[in-house]
Amino acid sequence: MTEQVNSADGAQNRTSVERRGDRELLVTRIFNAPPSTVYKAWSRPELFQRWWVPKSVSGVSLVSCDMDVRTGGKYRLEFGADGSDTMAFYGKYLEVVPNERIVWTNDEGEEGAITTVTFEDQGGRTLLKFHEVYPSNEALEEALQGSAAALPEQLEQLDELLSA
Amino acid sequence: MVQYPGLPLDLSFAALSDATRRGIIDQLGRGDASITSLADKFQMTLTGMKKHIQVLERAGLVVTQKVGRVRTCKLGKRGLKVEAEWIEAHRKLFEGRFEALDEIISEMKQEGSDD
Repeated sequence: MTEQVNSADGAQNRTSVERRGDRELLVTRIFNAPPSTVYKAWSRPELFQRWWVPKSVSGVSLVSCDMDVRTGGKYRLEFGADGSDTMAFYGKYLEVVPNERIVWTNDEGEEGAITTVTFEDQGGRTLLKFHEVYPSNEALEEALQGSAAALPEQLEQLDELLSA
Repeated sequence: MVQYPGLPLDLSFAALSDATRRGIIDQLGRGDASITSLADKFQMTLTGMKKHIQVLERAGLVVTQKVGRVRTCKLGKRGLKVEAEWIEAHRKLFEGRFEALDEIISEMKQEGSDD
């Protein structure tokens, strides 16, 4: 199930999300700009922080964003939700090839995923692939719980059903 | 970095409160499997696996069917919902992100910055 998104110049781009193989998440999307532009928006903190936390995730905002996007560099993002404690996400860049790929670790959890994002040139447009591999059950569960925020009532009903 | 950050999540589902049972759901999300093969995969006794499957079955997360001497398990409607929700939550998050990224890319193209 994907949605059509009309971009500025009218081309239709779709976000596709799928689970693959063992605990992997793959997100793909086409952008109407060459890889160098998309890469720039991904690797410069002042640009990255403008889009990484979408407005639709209400009540959460990026408090700080430090990114040293080069192989061996580190990043640290701090989020705050309505004046409560901040929560940090951090890790290091395992591999950075400008305009082509960025690979990073997610070290805030016990066993974080390894994330790889690649930028492929498709005749002046960019095919972006965001690929995340969870190392274990526990790690996947964290992701599952992370999305549990969006779980609908059915699952709450399930809870009731089970505790009955 | 993919999760919704900072949201308190105290949703606890009895059936899904156990890592093995979540693993079973995850496994069945990729294809049906017999109780025996699940027991092997999760390195448990057949009896232990049967208990887990029973809990999941009662919750409507898994349905089982006996064909000959083999009992096959597959995701029940609720199990499929868990799977679908996982996908949907990620899709919403990334769509939100990528729409914002589109706007920034348009800006960048207009500025024609190529430093």
